[in-house]
Amino acid sequence: MTATDTHESIDAVWRIESARIIAGIARIVRDVGIAEELAQDALVAALQQWPESGIPNNPGAWLVATAKHRAIDHLRRNKRLEQKHEVIGRELEERQAAVAEEIENAMDDDVGDDLLRLIFTACHPVLPAEARAALTLRLLGGLTTDEIARAFLTREATIAQRIVRAKRTLAEANVPFEVPRGAEFTARLSSVLGVIYLIFNEGYTATAGDDWMRPELCQDALRLGRILAELMPNESEVHGLVALMEIQASRLGARVSASGEPILLFDQNRALWDQLLIHRGFAALGRAERTAPSLGPYALQAAIAACHARARTAGETDWARIVELYGELSGIAPSPIVELNRAVAVGMASGPEAALAIVDKLREEPALQKYHLLSSVRGDLVFKLGRNEEARQEFERAASLTENSRERELMLARAYNCGGDAND
Amino acid sequence: MRFMMLMIPKGYESAAPGTMPSAEHVAAMMKYNEQLTKAGVLLALDGLHPPSTGARVSFSGGKPTVTDGPFSEAKEVVGGYWMIQVKSKAEAIEWASRCPGLDNEVIEIRQVHEMSEFPPDVQEAAGRLKP
Repeated sequence: MTATDTHESIDAVWRIESARIIAGIARIVRDVGIAEELAQDALVAALQQWPESGIPNNPGAWLVATAKHRAIDHLRRNKRLEQKHEVIGRELEERQAAVAEEIENAMDDDVGDDLLRLIFTACHPVLPAEARAALTLRLLGGLTTDEIARAFLTREATIAQRIVRAKRTLAEANVPFEVPRGAEFTARLSSVLGVIYLIFNEGYTATAGDDWMRPELCQDALRLGRILAELMPNESEVHGLVALMEIQASRLGARVSASGEPILLFDQNRALWDQLLIHRGFAALGRAERTAPSLGPYALQAAIAACHARARTAGETDWARIVELYGELSGIAPSPIVELNRAVAVGMASGPEAALAIVDKLREEPALQKYHLLSSVRGDLVFKLGRNEEARQEFERAASLTENSRERELMLARAYNCGGDAND
Repeated sequence: MRFMMLMIPKGYESAAPGTMPSAEHVAAMMKYNEQLTKAGVLLALDGLHPPSTGARVSFSGGKPTVTDGPFSEAKEVVGGYWMIQVKSKAEAIEWASRCPGLDNEVIEIRQVHEMSEFPPDVQEAAGRLKP
């Protein structure tokens, strides 16, 4: 095995084991930042030793054992530090004695509960949204700072700083390493799901840059979602989110042309949709339905995506059902974006005029003032009504509002296709 | 990256119809499958009946010819597969290495083609639209 092979193997083992190692250590040291550093130390040791000694038979266990030793050293060091300050508590003494054994147990157990604690901590609302995403990819996804930076088109130093700051914030806020209970649980779970979906969406429709999609990021989010679904099999919305991501990801191969231009849902070649992911999506949606009396926002969006997935051609889409589902979604999670999507569905089910009435009301909506898709949808509706000049202006406005260059090109092309007014 | 891990059990090429793995082996495999699921990498898996109950369709001379199994010329045959989604070939190898395989078993790892790997003319032939 060459040195490069060894490094790739170490990366692979790290990808598989890092979250479990960090989670197990965090249970002992009660600080995810320190836990991550200790796990990193183990990785550095592997990178130094394995190219010479060869990869151990059970590389995961080796990393766990090494991280364990680092954790014990860390706690001993802390104890000496505290002794210097003459604040030795009996509690600490007793804790110290139990620590070695505790670590043994923690790392040998099923670390599922610790993984959950790690996810909830990384997605804690005390952190800004972008820090939650970066920390989640780092602690749970096993991505390097450099990989995260590339995914978010940011400099590595920026991400590194964001992660350092996030760890410090968690420590300073004394965020406990636990899964919240009771009323807090629902809000915190929604933060976790929000972070995963944010990562997915950043990959699905990149908000900036030259590529319309970054599929690797979608895969990272899907992996996190699938892990979470196994950890919380009774949470309907976790399955709902997984279903939504599986079905959306099924279209990844169909939503760009060979040269990278975006292709909208209705123009896609449905033969390119990934049937394996679609069926995984249907199965996850089924689990979401079985685990709750009524569907939550993610599961409803998944049900809408499933309507598209079931239609063999765009013309066969069950728009009446989609309008219904958007209605339900508006009922439990009202938002101008949902309303805009409902308008699109109404347009398909009942014609552009009915849809335009909804869209025109949304033009007052402050949140949508700079939203390019409002202009894009409105452009499409007035175009269908033969008001081409108005449509052209809307598409041009949409082009000026999007930060994604591929999307801008698409909007400009639509504006160009409007030509003059059809009624002229 | 998507990989297929092909399980190739030596001897399966001549196994009698209805040959089944032992309960013990299945239990070990189930544990392994559970690991793949919990890690979020498993997309699909299946086990295949032995070739003695299968058939081969060949196309020499431009027309299909059917041969019933077992196939005397086959030295190794697929007994089952896993489809996994991972970050690298090294990760696929690492997962394959964790399989509780028996002495006679081999896992072959093969990457699944992605549309973006093909040149434009092949992409179009495969149904990807022109801009």
